Amino acid sequence: MEMEVSQRAPGRWQIATVTAVTEETPWVKSFRLALPMWMPFLPGQHLDVRLTAPDGYRAQRSYSIASSPLDEGEVELTIDRLREGEVSGYFHDVVIEGDEVEVRGPFSSYFVWRGEAPALLIGGGSGVVPLMAMMRHRRRTMPDIDMKLVYSARTAEEVIYAEELDGDVVVTLTRDAPAGWTGHRGRIDAGLIGGLAADARIVLICGSNGFVEAAASLAMEAGVDPRMIRTERFGPTGQP
Amino acid sequence: MHEVGYRRRAPMSGFVSRGFTGRNRGGDDRLPPGQYEERGFPVLTAGPTPDIQPAEWGFRIDGMVAEEQEWTWDEFHELEIEEIPCDIHCVTSWSKLGTSFGGVSVDLLLDRAEPLGAYAMAFSYGGYTTNLAIDDLTDGKAWVVTEHEGEPLEPAHGGPARLLVPHLYFWKSAKWVAGLRVMDHDEPGFWEANGYHNRGDPWKEERYWTD
Repeated sequence: MEMEVSQRAPGRWQIATVTAVTEETPWVKSFRLALPMWMPFLPGQHLDVRLTAPDGYRAQRSYSIASSPLDEGEVELTIDRLREGEVSGYFHDVVIEGDEVEVRGPFSSYFVWRGEAPALLIGGGSGVVPLMAMMRHRRRTMPDIDMKLVYSARTAEEVIYAEELDGDVVVTLTRDAPAGWTGHRGRIDAGLIGGLAADARIVLICGSNGFVEAAASLAMEAGVDPRMIRTERFGPTGQP
Repeated sequence: MHEVGYRRRAPMSGFVSRGFTGRNRGGDDRLPPGQYEERGFPVLTAGPTPDIQPAEWGFRIDGMVAEEQEWTWDEFHELEIEEIPCDIHCVTSWSKLGTSFGGVSVDLLLDRAEPLGAYAMAFSYGGYTTNLAIDDLTDGKAWVVTEHEGEPLEPAHGGPARLLVPHLYFWKSAKWVAGLRVMDHDEPGFWEANGYHNRGDPWKEERYWTD
């Protein structure tokens, strides 16, 4: 098996097998992949996915890993269906359990959690995905250390991983809240972020550019050193 | 010549994604392999956007040079400003085609400093760095730009000034650029130390370390 080990490298494309598909929300699905050349990764890292048509045409995107690196041999990707998304649309419409997809990674060692605490995670929409990898990993390795997640979603229906969100998660709904909703409402603000940020040694923020700018400003206003704020902005959302 | 044929060639591995036909294929030979066309201008930054007023901005060239140079915002604007039509390619796989920037050629800036080394580290307000060979910064391939499509460059896109090196992936075009440090050896910058390719040629798909 020495041969196999020596072939492991994040840059090498490999053919993963889809072992489970979970519908998280009407627009978001999670795909569990078994990787023949799985490598340890850090929560926050991403994989590149490449689709190939019969004539050789290819499309490629990066997706954050949602699972803990303790799940040896597997990774979970949570994919938000983008309007006219060529790759996300394929995953939502075509991919089922047993399918094969070509992936490589893990990549990028900056937007990662290496155990720093207290940690404040702030996610907007599907920006929660890499933060969930951090929450899941912390729960399974160091459940006592201080990590909080502030998660902004538009509606309760759009909350990803709803069943897993525990007392360390504050959800705020920016549009409609269901009857009986007792949690936060509206966009993130100083009241929601300030106190948590003031205690944090590291702040990790992921979401659209506008969301990340707002969250980073709130953290800085709470006194967090900008060098301790790591951000990941996603989305070819078409916003200039 | 760019590797235009790449996107049409059958894959070497023979792997085909079941049921994938590729509905967004543009057939545009300005797109490097693995890239798709994005009409907006996404923002990708590792940290918060720094607030740099033009009056506080300066650009310097130091390190292994015959003569260190420094320009204030006003001095910089006395230099010859060029309009640079270009395509830009982000390593996260979007490309923006047919855009333009306005700025000063790095040739002009480096000529005054006279580099004595073959490498440079671009450094930015906020601490970002990225490494470039002098060869990738000269001969009309790199600029320090203050305008995008005729308007002042927005802070989220690196304003008041960013480096523009459109023939390499866009992380090399350092936002909020503060200067170039000329060196006699190569050294990884911020993303280059975090898993991304040392040079980043989109036509060779040099995305990560092992590419």
